[in-house]
Amino acid sequence: MKKTHFSEWGIESPRYWGILAVLGAIIAIAGVAVFYMEHSGHWVTGMTNQVVWGLPHVFAIFLIVAASGALNVASIGTAFDKKVYQPLGRLSALLAIALLAGGLAVLVLDLGQPGRLLIAMTHYNFKSIFAWNIYLYTGFFAIVAAYIWFMMDHRMKAWYKPTGIFAFVWRLLLTTGTGSIFGFLVARQGYDAAILAPMFVIMSFAYGLAAYLLVLMFVFKVDGREIGGVLLRRMKNLLGVFVAAVLYFTLVYHLANLYGTENHAYEAFILRDGGIYTLLFWGGWVLVGCLIPLGIIYHPGMGATRGGIIAASTLVILGGLATVYVIVIGGQVFPMAMFPGKTIVASGFFDGVNGQPMLYSPSLPEILLGVGGVAVVLLLTFIGIRMLRFLPTTLSDEVADPHYSKS
Amino acid sequence: MSKVKHQGRREFLKTSAAAAAVTVAPGVMLHTLSAEAAPRTEAVTDKVRWGMLIDANKCADGCNDCVSACDKENGLDLVDMPEGADQGLWERQRPRWIRQVKLKDNLSGKITNLPMMCQHCEMPPCVDVCPTGASFRRADGIVMVDRHTCIGCRYCMMACPYKARSFIHAEVAEKLTHAPRGKGCVESCNLCVHRLDNGDTTTACQDACKHQAIVFGDLSDPESAVSQALKNYPSVQIRADLKLNTGVRYSNI
Amino acid sequence: MTRKSVIMFLAASVVGLLFSLTSVQAGEAVEGTAKADKLEQCVEPTAVMRRNHFEFIKHQRDLTVHNGIRSNKHSLSGCVDCHARKDASGKAVPVNAEGQFCSGCHDYAAVSLDCFSCHRTVPGEK
Repeated sequence: MKKTHFSEWGIESPRYWGILAVLGAIIAIAGVAVFYMEHSGHWVTGMTNQVVWGLPHVFAIFLIVAASGALNVASIGTAFDKKVYQPLGRLSALLAIALLAGGLAVLVLDLGQPGRLLIAMTHYNFKSIFAWNIYLYTGFFAIVAAYIWFMMDHRMKAWYKPTGIFAFVWRLLLTTGTGSIFGFLVARQGYDAAILAPMFVIMSFAYGLAAYLLVLMFVFKVDGREIGGVLLRRMKNLLGVFVAAVLYFTLVYHLANLYGTENHAYEAFILRDGGIYTLLFWGGWVLVGCLIPLGIIYHPGMGATRGGIIAASTLVILGGLATVYVIVIGGQVFPMAMFPGKTIVASGFFDGVNGQPMLYSPSLPEILLGVGGVAVVLLLTFIGIRMLRFLPTTLSDEVADPHYSKS
Repeated sequence: MSKVKHQGRREFLKTSAAAAAVTVAPGVMLHTLSAEAAPRTEAVTDKVRWGMLIDANKCADGCNDCVSACDKENGLDLVDMPEGADQGLWERQRPRWIRQVKLKDNLSGKITNLPMMCQHCEMPPCVDVCPTGASFRRADGIVMVDRHTCIGCRYCMMACPYKARSFIHAEVAEKLTHAPRGKGCVESCNLCVHRLDNGDTTTACQDACKHQAIVFGDLSDPESAVSQALKNYPSVQIRADLKLNTGVRYSNI
Repeated sequence: MTRKSVIMFLAASVVGLLFSLTSVQAGEAVEGTAKADKLEQCVEPTAVMRRNHFEFIKHQRDLTVHNGIRSNKHSLSGCVDCHARKDASGKAVPVNAEGQFCSGCHDYAAVSLDCFSCHRTVPGEK
């Protein structure tokens, strides 16, 4: 295994600026959407007093979850001493920061009072998992920034491993915190489950790695850099394990719910009668997000090809969005069980009359805001790799594979 | 000095509660009392805990009096639909503090009517989850939102087991002096806190209920009408399994 | 038609147009119609109020929201009650309307005036 050299993203200027311009335009459109929503009020969105968190939260939570997962690649190199992953660490940490920034931007811009962000920074309620998350997020930025520094600066080598381990522990806490936003909600049947926290952690492994693979393959491809088959194979196998774990947690979550009669109505809603939510669960979460990617990854032919890996990663991300949608929106549209043993036959506030779910359809500005968040992630990442040496000059087997032997 | 004052207040509450218990038309009776009441000068304490008992048997099918009284009292009727909004969507976005709910028992088919609002929990989930502490429980048991520090994240709405809260989805042109309201904050029933702070002892919904289904008062005072009623009749908390110790109780559900 | 009468006509139409434009808006505030206009000073000396009114209001705000104290003299509704002027028809003019007591000064000092995105801008309904 040779020493890895790093260099800035070297694509020609017009192309680089062209990519930036496209992303900038998407962000500008999202900005207009945000201004429109904030200026008018949330009545221009599909969100209501029943479905209080909508599509922006789906995007925000997906990106935040993926952020901590994207750091995994670096953690495997540092915390678990897998040398083959170490050259991948810098981009992994950068992408983690970018994903978190994009997710938080979406989350913050959807607040009813985004101008009062300072209050969120100065008034804390320490019983709120949300308030802890503010620390977990800002801490993540600081720790991962230091981590990148220690990866890049050889004088700080002594700090590299401890910081990497610390960052790994922190990212586990962070995703546990994100999952607990829902897991700690006793009010709603779809939430109030401790398993949501570890499930979010495993989801983050899968989504973060899928996002990392796509970004890595794209920036290497357009820059003419080489990624060896060995490394890709290892990562896609890892993705397979993570996706299988997501499927396993999904199974346990629903089996646990199915066992208790109290949750049968909720399970019937998600698994059978929920219309779009049932479709998104089986079609998005299970099929697109788990089964098809698993099929591709472990298919002897397709799994070995770059196209197969790109397809699997893309599907994991699309399925992941569907997963978060089912959790966030599906959990809210299902009527709250306020009166066990009774059916609400009339209500002045949409309490789920005759068990009917709440209505929600995302509006265009919400979609634009979410997509804008994704554009922010890519913009930050591309600027980062252009400015500093994040990318290994090559990841060919000869360089990356410790067991490489010329044959 | 403060002790004397406190006692005076306590006495006042007792007499007014007793008056409420005997009067036939509580609204009329109690408004005469409020004429002599003055705004509060000392901080509320936990010696009082406001709460109510709602008798679902007395709550009449099709009656909406408490809802319209609440809307009027708290300026909710001044919240206009924004121009260009979709009527159906807006109905789900407009704020409501109290609502009528009609239930049918799955086994017997028995119909029950009751008003639902913030249950003023002793352990409110909305207060637990609020990141800034804007959602808070006042010493006298009223759960409310300090909209000066509310950032509009709606996590409290996710956490409330009673769906009691509303987010203000649009600019509000006209508001009442005692009921400020603005786009982007969350709010909910505050037991007509402006009335209580000005020495009044009833809520608008209670006054409006001609069936006297609502008894409101101090749960900490064993002599109050509401405490007596709770002592003498069986009652339940909605979602008692959550052990939130609600300030609003129901009988005959 | 002489040139003079043309000029007179144009001038009259401009004045008329301006008049109609202003009268369409919710009445011009009449000076001296606010309670405060007739008083020597506010609840504190004028210099103190100018410098500290926001501190007073903020302090009172926390006392009212969290402690239920509504008897204090530093209340925002007190400001509105006293400082809102009336228009010619006797209708109250919002204190945050252009040039009125609150916004007149806040606009000049370029300080945002946040109270009235939620609070009532004219004296109480009672």
